[in-house]
Amino acid sequence: MRLGEIITAGIMALLSIYLMWKSTELEVGYIAGEGPGGGAWPFWLSGIMLVCTGFIAFNWVRRSSPPSQSEEPLLDRYGKKMFVLVGGGLLGFIALINIISMYGAMAVFLLYYLRFLGRHSWSLTLILTTSLPIGFFFFFEALMRVTMPKGMPFTEPFFNFLNTIIY
Amino acid sequence: MEILGLLTDGILVSLQPINMMLILIGVTLGLFIGAMPGLGSVNGVAILLPITFLVPPGSAIIFLAAIYYGAMYGGAISSITLGIPGASTAVATTFDGRPLALKGRASLALVTAAVASFIGGSVANVLFTVFAPLLAKVALIFGPPEIFALMLLAFATFVGLGGDDLPKTILSICLGLVFAAVGFDEISGAPRLVFFEISGFLHGINFLVLAIGVYGIGEMLWTIESTRGEITTTEAKMSFKGVISDAKEGMRRGWKGTAIGSFLGFFVGILPAAGATPGSLMSYGVAKMTAKNPKEFGQGHPGGVAAPEAANNSASTGAMLPMLTLGIPGSPTTAILLGGMVIWGLTPGPRLFTDQPEFVWGLIGSFYISNVFALLVNLSFIPLFIWMLRMPFTVLAPLIFILSVVGGYAATRDMHDVRLMLVFGLGAYFLRKLDYPLAPAVLAIVLGPIAEPTLRQSLLLSSGDATIFLTRPIAGPITIVALILILLPAFKMIKDRMTGPKSTPAG
Repeated sequence: MRLGEIITAGIMALLSIYLMWKSTELEVGYIAGEGPGGGAWPFWLSGIMLVCTGFIAFNWVRRSSPPSQSEEPLLDRYGKKMFVLVGGGLLGFIALINIISMYGAMAVFLLYYLRFLGRHSWSLTLILTTSLPIGFFFFFEALMRVTMPKGMPFTEPFFNFLNTIIY
Repeated sequence: MEILGLLTDGILVSLQPINMMLILIGVTLGLFIGAMPGLGSVNGVAILLPITFLVPPGSAIIFLAAIYYGAMYGGAISSITLGIPGASTAVATTFDGRPLALKGRASLALVTAAVASFIGGSVANVLFTVFAPLLAKVALIFGPPEIFALMLLAFATFVGLGGDDLPKTILSICLGLVFAAVGFDEISGAPRLVFFEISGFLHGINFLVLAIGVYGIGEMLWTIESTRGEITTTEAKMSFKGVISDAKEGMRRGWKGTAIGSFLGFFVGILPAAGATPGSLMSYGVAKMTAKNPKEFGQGHPGGVAAPEAANNSASTGAMLPMLTLGIPGSPTTAILLGGMVIWGLTPGPRLFTDQPEFVWGLIGSFYISNVFALLVNLSFIPLFIWMLRMPFTVLAPLIFILSVVGGYAATRDMHDVRLMLVFGLGAYFLRKLDYPLAPAVLAIVLGPIAEPTLRQSLLLSSGDATIFLTRPIAGPITIVALILILLPAFKMIKDRMTGPKSTPAG
């Protein structure tokens, strides 16, 4: 944790500097007759962030915050495995949306999580992977009129079929 | 007495069979719409507005107001059961509602939320009925300096939300405010903070993208890791006796939060452009600050559920006040209601009370009836929400992730936001592990779009003189209280440093 604390403070300091630099694309001072420039608000807030990272680093040196006292790793073996499996699953889910649609990606993610991470039976897995995306489809597309991404053209026949039920 | 007579007439109008039916359908629909992340009362009211042309205007607005009411109750459900705020108004409910659910006390949180919402709604209804015209005038006195002073007060209460690590709390607030500034500069119209020239940043960062990232993804990853997948929510149970006992406990421990939320929420709700979200956030902060043991807040205290829930219901009624009396909407939902009234041929404004008394008092009467129906509908659905929590965690977790992704997309209909939400979620997971308080960042991104323009308008009014926040009769005292609250933890920290470190270094 101790190493993680100072690395994170460093990343936050760099982010603050980047935000300050980015804010200067607009005026950061006071413009007579117009008030504070468009970049003033984010610039000064980022400046305060930078000062805060200095205090976090100071606390790290003094070992006064709990993470700066801890010698435990930021991610232990279980944490790393969980991060890769769950975070990776989510990344895959989001990456698949533009290919096989929101509903298709949802089904694949459910299959992956329920069967391979949750070790649930095939029957429960299949019931949920089919019923939930279809339920979501009718809730969003028919009831709430919210259109979700439909993926690449090859998914069209399937959605045309579902749309005939709605309209 | 005249008011009582008019109110009785109004209640009788809303008790007509067609209106009763519309209220029941409205609060039930609103409850589920509010509970769905990414959808709030504004979506429900906007989508169902065209349906209201089938019924008379009086019934139409009663139906829409019932949806609005139901959604205010519903927002708490996903905050408590799933840890994802259903709407911005329910962000603060997550802070204590979710920890209560994780302790197996979801029923206490849900019942407290329902009862506090009912009380908040009832207090607001009485205030609305009695003080409507007077309060509308008071709300108009609030100009940009006064609203900014209120925002400053809200941020001051956030400083207390982050625990002991002051630099991390302030950093979190500033980060949320900077994220709120992404998109276009409202005054010059120039693009601002468009990171790496990615066009998705042009429409700004929706608060839900950060909120769902933090609570739906980051917090979930942290929960899975820290509990090794053994979550205690499966112990949640529900019975009639349990509801009564939870209601008693919720009110015993949360009465103060309910009272603060009911009054503060209503007052913030009536301010133009404020609405229920700042009202609920400020109420949470004030309830925490005035609590006997503020450290219990954030760990699963019923007062932390009662305050924002009472406030968001109270504020939703309050937001109707400037809409009806002045024609100024207090929230996005009331803006749509206002549009509906214009379409129905009604002119909101001071003359509405005299020109259309049956419509106005019918609507006010429906607030009372909707509030009772919303409580009953909400309580009757609690077993269903509790049942959801009894699902194995390996079923609930993917459901929460799916709702997060779908909710993140539904809010702005842009895949860029879904990807950004994942980035926020993964970042929040690491920051959470390192004790960075993330609630202030979420609160700041919600209030940022109100704080920045009011600051700039105020400084423009005063030609750059910042003392405008101290010299105005209303803004001055609010600013001073806010500054004291901000400086208090700093003084405490300096005092602690001077008297010696509290903890000894380990390792």
